Amino acid sequence: MSKLISSIKEAVELCGIRDGMTVSFHHHMRNGDKVLNMVMEVIAEKGIKDITVNASSIFDCHEPLIGYMKDGVVTGIECGYMGAKVGRAVSRGMLKNPAVFRTHGGRASDMIKGTSHVDVAFVAAPSADCMGNCTGKYGKSACGSMGYAFADAQTADKVVVITDNLRPYPLSGFSIPEVYVDYVVEVDEIGDPKGIVSGTTQITRDPVGLRIAQYAAEVIEASGLLKDGFSFQTGAGGATLAAAKYVKEKMLAGGIKGSFGMGGITGYMVDMLNEGCFESLIDVQCFDLKAIESINNDPRHMEVSAEQYAGVSGRSAAVDSLDVVLLGATQVDTDFNVNVHTDSNGYIMGGSGGHSDTAAGAKLAIILAPLVRARLPLITDRCHCISTPGSTVDVVVTQRGIAVNTSIEKNRQLEEALKAKGLPVVDIKELKAIGEKITGVPKPIKQGDKVIAKVLYRDGTLLDEIHQVAGE
Amino acid sequence: MRRTMLFVPGNSPNLLMNFDILGADSVILDLEDAVSPAEKDSARILVRSMLQTMGDTGCEVIVRINPVDTDFWKEDLREVVKCCPSMIMPTKVGGPETVKQVADYIGQLEKEYGIPEGTVGIIPLIETALGVENAFAIAGADKRVRAMLLGGEDLTADLRCKRTKEGNEIFYARSRMVCAARACGIDVYDTPFTDVNDMEGLRKDAELAKSLGFSGKSSISPGHVAAINEIFSPTQEEIDYAHEVMDTIEEAKRQGKGVVALRGKMIDAPIVNRAKQVIEMEEAMFGGVRQ
Amino acid sequence: MEIKKTATAGTLESSDAYVVAEPFDTLEVDLTSVVYEQFKDEIISQVKAVTDALGVSKAKITINDRGAVDCVIRARVETALKRAGGEM
Repeated sequence: MSKLISSIKEAVELCGIRDGMTVSFHHHMRNGDKVLNMVMEVIAEKGIKDITVNASSIFDCHEPLIGYMKDGVVTGIECGYMGAKVGRAVSRGMLKNPAVFRTHGGRASDMIKGTSHVDVAFVAAPSADCMGNCTGKYGKSACGSMGYAFADAQTADKVVVITDNLRPYPLSGFSIPEVYVDYVVEVDEIGDPKGIVSGTTQITRDPVGLRIAQYAAEVIEASGLLKDGFSFQTGAGGATLAAAKYVKEKMLAGGIKGSFGMGGITGYMVDMLNEGCFESLIDVQCFDLKAIESINNDPRHMEVSAEQYAGVSGRSAAVDSLDVVLLGATQVDTDFNVNVHTDSNGYIMGGSGGHSDTAAGAKLAIILAPLVRARLPLITDRCHCISTPGSTVDVVVTQRGIAVNTSIEKNRQLEEALKAKGLPVVDIKELKAIGEKITGVPKPIKQGDKVIAKVLYRDGTLLDEIHQVAGE
Repeated sequence: MRRTMLFVPGNSPNLLMNFDILGADSVILDLEDAVSPAEKDSARILVRSMLQTMGDTGCEVIVRINPVDTDFWKEDLREVVKCCPSMIMPTKVGGPETVKQVADYIGQLEKEYGIPEGTVGIIPLIETALGVENAFAIAGADKRVRAMLLGGEDLTADLRCKRTKEGNEIFYARSRMVCAARACGIDVYDTPFTDVNDMEGLRKDAELAKSLGFSGKSSISPGHVAAINEIFSPTQEEIDYAHEVMDTIEEAKRQGKGVVALRGKMIDAPIVNRAKQVIEMEEAMFGGVRQ
Repeated sequence: MEIKKTATAGTLESSDAYVVAEPFDTLEVDLTSVVYEQFKDEIISQVKAVTDALGVSKAKITINDRGAVDCVIRARVETALKRAGGEM
C-alpha cells in the first residue's frame, strides 16, 4: 500500500475540497513557505470559492492570498500571526469575513476541543515516507520542529503531507505518524531555504535595546526566580534575545543550573543548553540553522506540539511550568494590556503567537520595548488592540523606566526588590508621561466601523475586535 | 570626576535622543571624526537643537569640536556654547596655545550669549607626540582646563608604531599625562579600548589605566560602559571608610581638636584628599558629576 | 533669508527626517510622515517656527519624516534652509 499520489491537484480532488471548506497550513517554513501558495493556486484554478484558510501564521510570502480575497476564493482567514502585507489588505476590509486570530496554544486547543474545524490539513514536510510519517528535522528544506502542525494532523477530516524529500518507509525519527495521514504528495520544493531560516540569529547592537535587555536581566535576578531549576523563554528579536545574553552571563557567573529553555528556539538558546544553563530545550519552532542541527542531533532538545507547548485543552501545558518569559510589544496601555497585532496606524502587522499563552503561564512575564519608536510613545491609555490582557503581564521594561503591575498582589514584593537594587522603577502612568514629554501627545487614529478581525483568547473567548482602517 | 566618557556620534538623532540612558557618567557628543565634512553644519545644528530641548538629563555633556586648523571649529563653538556643555574637547592639542585659542573664543561667546564667564570648561584631547611632551603646559594653559583625555589611536600613528591591546607603546604617554594632570590638579582620562567584542581585553586595559592613576576611561562602545564603571567605582568598603573619615574630621572640628585618629591611624591630608575623591566618585556613580 | 538654490538635509533613517528646500514663489510645505495622523499639526508648526526665525517667506520645503521629534525636525529644516540660502 502507498498513500503517494501524483499531484496537489489530485489531493484537492481526492479530499473533495469544495466551496465553503476550511483548509489548514503551518508556518515552520516561515517566509520561505511555498506550500500554502501552491495549494491555493490549485484551489483557485478549480474555481472553488469561499474557502477559509486556517494557517498557524501568514507571512509576506503569502501575498497571493490578497488576490484570492478579491476574487472570493478566500473569504476567511484564521491564524496566530499575520504579516504586514496581507495584514494591510485585511485592515482595508478586503476579506469578506472578519479574520480570526488565535494564540498558538488556543489554535491547537480549539481544534482538539472541536470548536475550530479543519476539513483538509496540508502538512509541509521536509522529510516524509510514502505512508505519511514525516518530520522537519532533516532534508534540504529542514525546518526543525513541526510543533504547530500536530493539531492539524490530529483533527482534520483529511490530511495531506507535502514533501520535497521522499524517503523509504519507515521514516526514521518521524514527528507526525502515519496514523493521521491520508495522502502524500512529492513536489520539487516546499520552501525557499533562504526564507525558512536565517544563518544565525544575531543579538542586537542597538544600544537602547541592550540597555533594555540589561534592565530585564536585573529584573529577573531581583525576582528570585534565577536559581537552580530556572526555566526561561525569550524571543528571537530585538532586546528579548539580547536579554538572554545577560541572563546567561548571570547563570554562568552564579553556577546556576536551569531546567529548561522554551519557545521558538534560536542558536543562542542552543548555546545556553550546551554550556550547561539548561537541562533541556522544549521547541515548538526553530529560528535558525543551529537550532535545526541541534534538534536533529541532541535528544535533550525536544520537539513539542503547540497543544503541549501552550494549549488549554490538555491536563497541563509546558507554559504552566515556565518561570520567566520575555516578550515584545508595539503598545502597552496603563492597565498593562499589550498590543502586538496592529501598528501605530491601526494596520494589522503581527499577532499573539505564543504571547498571551506564555504571559498567562509564566510566573513572571516581562515586556521589553523602547519607550519611543519613531516618535510614537509605547505607553497609551488604551491599546488599539488587546492581544494580551494586562492581568497576565507583570513588568514593562523600557530604557527610561521599569513599571511593575502591582495590581497583581505578588508583584508588590518584586517592586520593592527592584527599588532596593536601585533600578528606575516608575508608575506606568508616569512612564507614559516620560514618553510623551519626548514625543508630544499623539492624536488618536481614526477607526472605521467595520470589524475586520476578531482576537480570541487562548480559551476561545473573544478578547478584542480590530476595526477597519478609516480613510482607505 | 567621572568613571566613563562615552563617545556618541553627533549626527544621529536616534542615538542623541538616548545618550543619557547608556549608563555613562559623561558623554562626548562628537562633531569631529564621527561626522563627514559635508555634514558638519548639519551635526552642529542638530546637537544644539537637541541639547536645548533635552535640558538637564543628569548625564554630563562634553562636545568634541573639529581641530583648530580647520574651518569648522569656530562654527562648532558658536552653536554649542549656547547650550552650556560642561566641557569642550579640542582635538589634536599639541601645546598651550591651542588651548588658549579655544578658551579665548569660548570666553568671547560666553559674553555674547550672556553666560557667566568660565561656565564652559575645556578637556584637551592629547593624541600627538608633541601633545604628550607638552602635557604639563597644556594642563596648566588656562583655568578652563578641567581634565585631559589621551587618544591612543592617533598617537600611535604619530609615533609610527602599532597600536596593541597590551598597550606597551602608549605606556610612557599614559604615565606622562597622569603626572602632568595631577601636577596641575586636574582629572585625566584614558583612551578608549577599540575592540568592541573583547570584554576581557577591555577589563585588563581599564584595570591597567586605573592602576596608573587615571580618573576614568573613555569608550566608543555603549557595551563597554558597565565594565568600565565597575572597575573605576570605589568599593562599598572604600565608600564607607571615606564617609567615616569625613565624619571624624567634622566631629574633630566641632570639638576644636587639631589632630584626630581613626581606627588607630592618624588622619592626615592625603587620607582626607583620598576620602574626598572617593565621595566624589560615589556621587558620579549616581548621576551627579561634579565640576 | 532668500532661498537661492535647492538643498537637502537629514536622512531617511528612523527618528530622522529628510528635508528638501528649494526656491519658490510662496511658502509651501509638503509633508510626508510615518506619524502624519498623530503629529501632522505639530510638525507643520515647527517648520513655520524655523521659517519665521530665519525670515524665509518664499520656499518650497518638502519633508519626508521618519518619526523625528520636534527638535530634530527644526534642526533638519534649519540646515536645509541655510544650505539653500547659501549660508553654509
